[in-house]
Order: sequence, then C-alpha cells, then structure tokens
Amino acid sequence: MKILLITEQREAKWNKVSFETVAAAQQIAQQTKGTLSGAVVGKGVAGLADELAGYQLDEVLLVEHDLLKQYTPDGFSIALRQVIESAKPDLILLPHTYQVRDFAPKLAASLSKGMIGDCIGYRHESGKLIFVRQMFQGRTAADVVFVGEPPWIASFQASAFRSDLAAKHAGGKAPVKPVNVELKPEQIRTKPLELFREAKQAVDLTQAPVLVSVGRGIKAPENIPMAEKLAKLLGGEVSASRPICDEGWLPMDRQIGSSGQTVVPKLYLALGISGAIQHVVGMKGSRTIAAINKDPNAPIFEVADYGIVGDLFEIVPALIEELEKSKTS
Amino acid sequence: MKIGVCVKQVPAKDAPLAIAEGSAWIREADIGFEMNEPDGFALEEALRLKEKHGGEVVAISMGPERAKQTIKEALAKGAERGIHISDPEFFKLDPLISARLIAAAIQAENFDLILTGLQSDDQGSGQTGVLLAELLGRPHATIIMSIEVTDGRMKLKRELEAGWFQWVELPLPAVITIQSGINKPRYATLKGIMAAKKKEIATVERSSLGVADARTQQVEKIYVPQKTKKTEFITGSPKEAAAKLLEKLRHEARVL
Repeated sequence: MKILLITEQREAKWNKVSFETVAAAQQIAQQTKGTLSGAVVGKGVAGLADELAGYQLDEVLLVEHDLLKQYTPDGFSIALRQVIESAKPDLILLPHTYQVRDFAPKLAASLSKGMIGDCIGYRHESGKLIFVRQMFQGRTAADVVFVGEPPWIASFQASAFRSDLAAKHAGGKAPVKPVNVELKPEQIRTKPLELFREAKQAVDLTQAPVLVSVGRGIKAPENIPMAEKLAKLLGGEVSASRPICDEGWLPMDRQIGSSGQTVVPKLYLALGISGAIQHVVGMKGSRTIAAINKDPNAPIFEVADYGIVGDLFEIVPALIEELEKSKTS
Repeated sequence: MKIGVCVKQVPAKDAPLAIAEGSAWIREADIGFEMNEPDGFALEEALRLKEKHGGEVVAISMGPERAKQTIKEALAKGAERGIHISDPEFFKLDPLISARLIAAAIQAENFDLILTGLQSDDQGSGQTGVLLAELLGRPHATIIMSIEVTDGRMKLKRELEAGWFQWVELPLPAVITIQSGINKPRYATLKGIMAAKKKEIATVERSSLGVADARTQQVEKIYVPQKTKKTEFITGSPKEAAAKLLEKLRHEARVL
C-alpha cells in the first residue's frame, strides 16, 4: 500500500500532532508492506522537510508556493489534489486538526472520494484496514471501512498515537523531493487575515497540580462556588468543559479540551462531565483521573481511574466536609 | 439575504443508548430525539442575520418522518419554511452521499448563505458543511465564532486550536459551519409555535434526487467501546464514597 502522510505547520512551526500521524503511518506502512511519503505544505518550509526526512520514510514531498504561505481551504485542497494525482497514493493520512477538518473533506470530494475522519485507531485484519472512530459523543465506537477504489483519506484524532514512537530514519535521511503545484490568486476565494488570541490568559491551568473540572451536570452558575471551594481545599484550580464556558458560567480561559487548554495535572476531578471526545483529548494524560457522574455509562469513566456513580450535589459537599474535618484535626 | 440552515435530528442528550440487533445502528424505538445542539446555534445565527439584513431562513433536514419535528422546531423559532429530505435509512449513508443528496435537494434554492453546526452529536463526521460548499461550488469557512456581513462579503472570526483565532474574509454566496457557543439560542414562543403550524414543509424523496448510491465507506458495526483504563468504582453512601475516594487519592494514587 502506498501511503501519503500530510503534515501540518503554521508559520514554519510544526503542529506536533503531525508526528503522531507519522507514527501511525509508519506502523500501517510496515503492516501492509507499503511505502510511505510525507508531505510538507507551505512556503519557506524546506527546513521542516529536512527535519521530517530524519524520520523513517521513503521520501519527503516539499510542496511550496507563494499562495500556500498562509492556509486557505482553496489553496490547500487545489495544491494537494495535484500532489495526489501525481504521487497516486492508496491511502492519505492526516492529523485531525481544525485545519484538516476545514479542507480535507473538500479535497476528498474534489476527487470524488470519501474521508473517514477523527479516527481513534485502526486494525489490520486479513489484509483489510478497519478504521475505528467514535460516535454519539464517544458513547459508542464504530468500525468503518473504505468502499471502492483508492485513494482513501483518513485522519487520526490527537493523542490517538504516540509521537515519541515515530521511528527515526535507519539509514541517514529520506530524500526530499520538491513538487511543483499550479495555483492562481483568483482560485483562492478566502482572504486570511490576522491571527490573534483573546484577552491574555488570566490563569495557567497547565501549572495547577489539581483541577476540579465541571460539566453540564453542575446545572446552574450558583453551583460553581461549590466546585471552587473543593478546588481550593485540594490546592488546585477550577476548570470546565466547553458548554460551561459557552454559558459564561466560567471564563473561556478555564476551558479544557480541543478548543481550550490541554492539561496533565496530578489529579483531575471531573464533576458532571460526560466525557465527549473534544473534552477528553484535553485531559486524558492526567496522572490520576477521578469522575463523579450520575450516568454509569458516561464516557468519562473510560478514562477515569476512580469513579463514583451518583449525585454530585450529595458527594461534593461530603468531600468538602471530609477535607475540612481533616484540616482542623 | 436568503439563508439555508441544515438542522439534523439526533438522539436526545440523556437518551439511554442501546446497540440495535445487527450492530448497524442504535435502538431507536424507546428514545427521544432533539435538534442537534450545534445546529441550534447555526439556526439562531441564521435568524439573527435575517433580522438584521432581511430575507428568509429555510430549515433543511434529512432523515425519517420524525425529522419533521426538528424542522417544526426551527419554524416555531422563526424560520420561514422547511425542506425535508425523506429517507428512513439515512443513517446508512456516508458523509459524501448525504452531502450530495442535500446539495441536489437545495441546488435550485440558490441560497446566499448556508449554515450548519460544526458537527452532529450522533455520527460526528463534521463534514457536511465543507462537502456542501465543494459540491455547490461555494467558498466556505468552518468553526466560526462571529459573522459580519457588508456589501456581499463576510468578515468571520474563525476558531483555531488552543485559544487562537483568525479573521477571514470571503464573498457571498458561501457555506459556513458554526461553532457552538457563538450565541444564545432562543426558545420558541407560544405565538411562534402557533404560527409554525401554517408554515410550509416541502418533502423531497431521496429516490427522486438522482444521486447514485456510490458509497465511499461503510460502517461495519457499532459497539460499546472497550475501556482503555480499569476504573475502580467507589460505592456507598455519599459520605462513605467521599471518604473512600479521598483515602484512595491520598494513599493509593498518592496525588494529594
């Protein structure tokens, strides 16, 4: 199987998730006895191509054009369609980033092909590749296979594979091959403007040893102080899943997950958080995870070390009482 | 401005899910359904744009007969009319075929703007909006947090990862996928619910759209995921459970 891996960079800096996809692609190439090419797309990114060539790949494709300096869905899908038509891969693999979500389905449709996105893994069984993705917000998994002729396009969710397992090149370096693509300014309909962050982060959750994180189960903003009190007693900070910040119950800089911060505290205590994938990717690396939820089937329990199935409005006050008792004694 | 908004009907958030016999889908018989939450934000954004710039909002949904209920909800909140693409087997479709069907059903409407939520809470492919843009030859932008329309162009705030944003501009007509939290969706009023009864829902049969069933992918089975971690469940009264949990965190996990 001929595999093409498409990496991601912005302003000549890696999106490090790319190397998780390198690890996945290397593994699939080995199991299918295939070849692996890695593409770097942008402008002024030869240094990144050279760095990628240090990994175990058959070749690196350097796709550069003035109109690829800034990402646009038109520019990237037109350029990559040309790369795919000349390199003729069977399988195209990408990290499932916001940028990939923005252009990869378009690229696939422009080739009249399908995309299996946001995969959490794959299996290679009797010569067939089966992709595993989540459905119903992580409450079920699904085995999905491609139908019809390649090329096939798939993307892997962040932290589905370990980037530190991406193998370095055994015999020096893979050759870097520049690939010319034709792009005209009038083909690009979107005009990208400046990148920015909202107000400076008031709190750095990545430094907190303990996070008490609240989800929809907290029910009302009046209940947030209870979580704050527990966080204080545990020597940590309070954080939240996206809906809580969307409601304005906690500021946006307290949000954990794909659109918020990624954290690895010693203890992550999830209160009334169901555990949708967008949240779990931001906290599943925590050393210890404890979850309190009324639904025994909540996906948060799949990543939790300790679980209590029950009413957080009974259990959290009991935790507070217990902690206050041990403090005074 | 003529705005189309795609609203999918999905199992209610608190619905107990069970895998159906044959493992192709979930058991639908005993559960409730509701409008896909991200699509609710897209609908609200469509209504606000209409209120500001004039025009109409058309709610589009594909699914079995029950999907009409979600269109009715959109009509009650202020959409002018609905298009129901009728297909009892819609869940067997892949993202590309679904998008081709929607594109075929709405092509003649020539919407200035098509809005969708960023993904559905059931299959969660997050592809429909981007695919519609490609199939209809429109520019697009995804995961949008604000829309300003002036003189046939839009300035959009696009969310990136890890707290970053980007402004992007693009011309109308276009397709936009909306990030959840962009607005506070309204509730339907009693007056709105009454008015919705007189609004039109056009039904289009999937078979009439002339889209070949040329699948690109197939779900072999769905199942309850295997646990990656062994969770130790702590039981007892709230007081007992709280004490046991703290004990474990202190002396077993040693994180306190």
